Amino acid sequence: MTDQQGHLLALKGVSKRYGGVRALSGVDFACRNGSIHAVLGENGAGKSTLIKIISGVVQPDEGTITLDGKQVTIPTPQAANDAGIVCIFQELSLMPDLSVADNISITTPPRRFGMINRKAQRARAEELLARVGCDDINPLTLVKNLPLSRRQMVEIAKALGRNPKLLILDEATSALTSADVHKVYAILHGLRDQGLSLLYISHRMHEIEELADTCSVFRNGQHIDTFSKGDRNDEQIVQMMIGRELQNVYPPKPIRNAPPPATLEVRKIGWDTKLSDISFTVGKGEVIGLGGLDGQGQRELLLALFGVLRGVSGNIVLAGKTEHVNSPAQAKSPAVGMALIPEDRKTEGLMLPMGVGDNISMAALSSMTRGLVVDRAIESKKIAEMVAKLKIKFGQLSDPVATLSGGNQQKVVIAKWLLTGARVILLNDPTRGIDVGTKQEIYQLLRDLADAGTSIVLYSTDYDELIGCCDRVLIMYSGRIVRELDGPEITEANIIASSLNLALTGQAAAGGHA
Amino acid sequence: MKDLRLRLSQSVGMWVALLLFSALYILYSSLHPKGWTVDVLVQNSNESFALILVSMAQTVPVLTGGIDLSVGAMMTLTNCVASNVVSGSAIQIVEGLLLTLMVGALAGFINGCIVVYGRIQPIIVTLATGAVYLGIALFLRPTPGGKIDDDLTWVTTNAMSEMDTTYGWFPNGAPGWFAHGIGRLPVPMLLLLAIILIVWLPFKNTVTGRGCYAVGSSEGAAYMSGLNVGRSKLAAYTLGGLFAGLGGLYLSIQTGSGNADIPQAGGYTLQSIAAVVIGGTSLFGGTGGAFGSLVGAMVLRAISFCFRVFDADSPMGFLANPLLQPIFEGIILLLAVSIGAARVFRVKNRLSLFT
Amino acid sequence: MSGMQKTSVLRSIDRPTLIACGFILVILAAGTLYMLITQGTATFIEPTYLLQQLKIAAFLGIVAAGMMMVILLGHIDLSVPWTLAASAMLATAVGGPWAIPIGLAVGLVVGLFNGVGVAYLRVPSMIFTLGVNAVLRGLMVMLTGGFAPQSSATPIMKWFAAGQLIYLPVGDGFGLSNSVLVWALISAGIVFMLTRTSMGRYIYATGNREAATYLSGINTKFVLIFGFVMCSLCASLAGLLVAGYTSKAFQAMGDTYLLPAIAAVVVGGTNILGGQGKYTGTVVGTILIVLLQSLLSVMQMPEAGRQIIYGLVIIAMLLVYGRSNAMRT
Repeated sequence: MTDQQGHLLALKGVSKRYGGVRALSGVDFACRNGSIHAVLGENGAGKSTLIKIISGVVQPDEGTITLDGKQVTIPTPQAANDAGIVCIFQELSLMPDLSVADNISITTPPRRFGMINRKAQRARAEELLARVGCDDINPLTLVKNLPLSRRQMVEIAKALGRNPKLLILDEATSALTSADVHKVYAILHGLRDQGLSLLYISHRMHEIEELADTCSVFRNGQHIDTFSKGDRNDEQIVQMMIGRELQNVYPPKPIRNAPPPATLEVRKIGWDTKLSDISFTVGKGEVIGLGGLDGQGQRELLLALFGVLRGVSGNIVLAGKTEHVNSPAQAKSPAVGMALIPEDRKTEGLMLPMGVGDNISMAALSSMTRGLVVDRAIESKKIAEMVAKLKIKFGQLSDPVATLSGGNQQKVVIAKWLLTGARVILLNDPTRGIDVGTKQEIYQLLRDLADAGTSIVLYSTDYDELIGCCDRVLIMYSGRIVRELDGPEITEANIIASSLNLALTGQAAAGGHA
Repeated sequence: MKDLRLRLSQSVGMWVALLLFSALYILYSSLHPKGWTVDVLVQNSNESFALILVSMAQTVPVLTGGIDLSVGAMMTLTNCVASNVVSGSAIQIVEGLLLTLMVGALAGFINGCIVVYGRIQPIIVTLATGAVYLGIALFLRPTPGGKIDDDLTWVTTNAMSEMDTTYGWFPNGAPGWFAHGIGRLPVPMLLLLAIILIVWLPFKNTVTGRGCYAVGSSEGAAYMSGLNVGRSKLAAYTLGGLFAGLGGLYLSIQTGSGNADIPQAGGYTLQSIAAVVIGGTSLFGGTGGAFGSLVGAMVLRAISFCFRVFDADSPMGFLANPLLQPIFEGIILLLAVSIGAARVFRVKNRLSLFT
Repeated sequence: MSGMQKTSVLRSIDRPTLIACGFILVILAAGTLYMLITQGTATFIEPTYLLQQLKIAAFLGIVAAGMMMVILLGHIDLSVPWTLAASAMLATAVGGPWAIPIGLAVGLVVGLFNGVGVAYLRVPSMIFTLGVNAVLRGLMVMLTGGFAPQSSATPIMKWFAAGQLIYLPVGDGFGLSNSVLVWALISAGIVFMLTRTSMGRYIYATGNREAATYLSGINTKFVLIFGFVMCSLCASLAGLLVAGYTSKAFQAMGDTYLLPAIAAVVVGGTNILGGQGKYTGTVVGTILIVLLQSLLSVMQMPEAGRQIIYGLVIIAMLLVYGRSNAMRT
């Protein structure tokens, strides 16, 4: 049963706020049976909120949802499952301590006398694993003992086992090997031909071209447009996604005739299996970008430099002196002078229930004390300076930082580190989930800091950002730096090529990339 | 074959504990003057039964990533309840037994309700409800005493053959399979087997029971998968209460009385946590099981049995000193709970220490 | 908000503290009513009676002050009962001028041990301190042979616990017990530490989000150890005072302090998950618990009833606070 237009699911006027941030505003969206529908948009465009609403994880503030022509509410993931909506999340929804078979039939196992029929459950798992071409996985293996790419396949098998009417894939192929990706494509095409409705979220344009028949673009929490594949070209789609002229966003880069003196020299850093033989230098006042596909060791590199990882080989030289950094406390010390804006500001950057002021002064507090006592006069003066410099907006200094918008929260994290007077600032995807205006302020701030002599290492998942902000970009693949792009070489084509070319010569070549 | 190896590797902790127990018990039996006899086995079973059940009671909430600091209190409460109701006619006895177990399950259910619906940390909830349960136990039995049906006490604390002599199961003389087989086994051992087979294994194999593992392994993933997280937690605490109730009931049967002994309640809670850890259940939840805790509790008991049989004049004689036993038990407990620390030294990303 | 003063006053008295204060008034009213009906006097609100309660509250208050440090860090210390008893027993056993230093040294060592176990070995604090409690108990059984120690408290200990440095010649004249002064001094120190020093800030930060604190370049291991040492020191000090008050140490002397101390902290509005709470709340919580105890004993409530009422009060108050906390997360 579908409504008049053949839509399985339709959203009307759906809005959702998180605190002061509008994640979705007045969205109308629909998808129909027998179709693969790609949802496109930048980070923070509202895609993941849309999916969370459809799959019952969060509730919309306003608007209606129609499923099979009937208006419904989806209060829990359980309810979504019961309605035939199955979601494969980016963060895996597998229980690591349970076996593959247990995971696949976690809610509705085959039963006998009210109890789980282990034998039938196992047969079912084997059948589903075979369907996704993973018959080599023993259903009794614990999920935590599987590599990430296999787990993702189990996740897909688990979703198929629920006989979905609407299957949502949120970056579901991000961890897969290329061979598996093609199996998944075949499965998805098969499901579409059986009349299922599929929502596909991905950042990879070529995937969308290969899979989708319909595309919807989101930007800033709004549904911009929906069109059939082929109606728009790539450029038009990208234009819709960003919706603005790129040139105006980034401050101009300085023109250098000679490389600046090195502040940070990284020599042959290696760690576990994730980083190997990484060497580069960062000059005084330079902004160095880290690029490449997500998860190629960029995060680990920043953590290694900041002393968080244990067992890092190689060394770093700061202004000519070799330093051994074994903890963030050491990294922060004046002799080293590093700062790290971490990946997840909510769990790694901020103490959410504490006041704005307390958060800003946290890292530099030891420089504001007399003896053991915090000098409140100095503290409030320095906090006020930072608030003014970064234009942080809040009610009162004592307000919990949790009440601020995402952009202002990130400014608090940056302010915290600026107060330490660091000479090297490491940033881990600092603009994720932040509104465009604040992004622009952060870009300007980074350039200002660089001009004042600070060295900056910026990891970003957003290629435009790397192009707009960085003096040089290092492309990482599988824990190594595979290419360095300098000045005019920093173009989207070059970044993508160096991130992907290698992917093709690597394991993916066997899969016969299209 | 490969499956078997997989299964073994997934419960290594429990197997290690089982080996440890075997070693200790063999040592004990060979040192004991009356070792390897039915009498000793019966005595050991009686002494271990309550702790085993309380440890199983602790296991279920721990599997969900919680904890129950009131297991000892629930055991004491049911002990006092039983000492008031388990006597009289056969029907009265049965009613009393059921009532006792219901009190245990109810106490656990209340814990679960406060944890799930009140959204308060299990540790503080059960610390507080534990006080309440002990208070009620004190009301019921201000001084030790009460009565348990004598026949019941006799048959459940002896070998199976006493069932026959007490209730006259075989008026024409016991058949060989009974007299020389089952009849020689201690009753508590068979009761335990029954509890595992009738309560624990079926529970573990329901969606709700497996949900306990899922919730403990990753509550977020369990919720996202559409599991009813609250129901699993509620069931876990309730089952914990039922097990604790069984433990309390047995304690009454064994001692023939009720006693609202507060230090004893605390001691049982403490040892239950140690038994859970030794038996291979992770305190972070998700892995392990009641059977492992059973073995863990037997290891703890076997250690104290061993202390008893060392010859005071032998080089190991100091181990038999009763004054030293509390500290040995404390140290063993501390070592057991520190086992997990090995993980800390293997961690390569220090951020993962904080989760 | 009209002025800074108003907000700063509001900040130190938060909602849970207000609720607890209200509850104290209810207890006082109930006690007075009970006394008026049964004896025709209002002894429950006479200054001498209240001062006597304060004296008893001092012991619990000191234990609760230490416990609060650990709870603010998001941990818990269940080794308090035997830390308290071991300090008192060793101090009375040693006697002489070394009694008090030895007692405090016990606290220091236990605190360091707990702190290392939690900060370095990452054993869940509840389990680790439970184990330490068992070891301490074992140690004391070994040392005393399982009997109540015969030695008695030194005169200095008695003076600290029951002497009166301050005596007010008003009416019949009443004195403020020195133990109350000790409590007041410790409270002042803790308030200063929590609100004015960087360590105080780090304690709240670590309790809120240890990962973020660590990434801010703060040695969270040291902060954790500091908190556990504070807790054990407070427990041992309380042990010395209790021993001075009853003039001897005994085996189970610490058992009656653990649950009330946790209750006082939690009822005073400190979040059991750490990171939030005002010291004022802990003081109010302590007074609440002590008055509750005293009301129950005036009403000749048996031990059973006291246990039940403690438990119920803690759960009830947590349920009330829990609502507001749940909204935040």
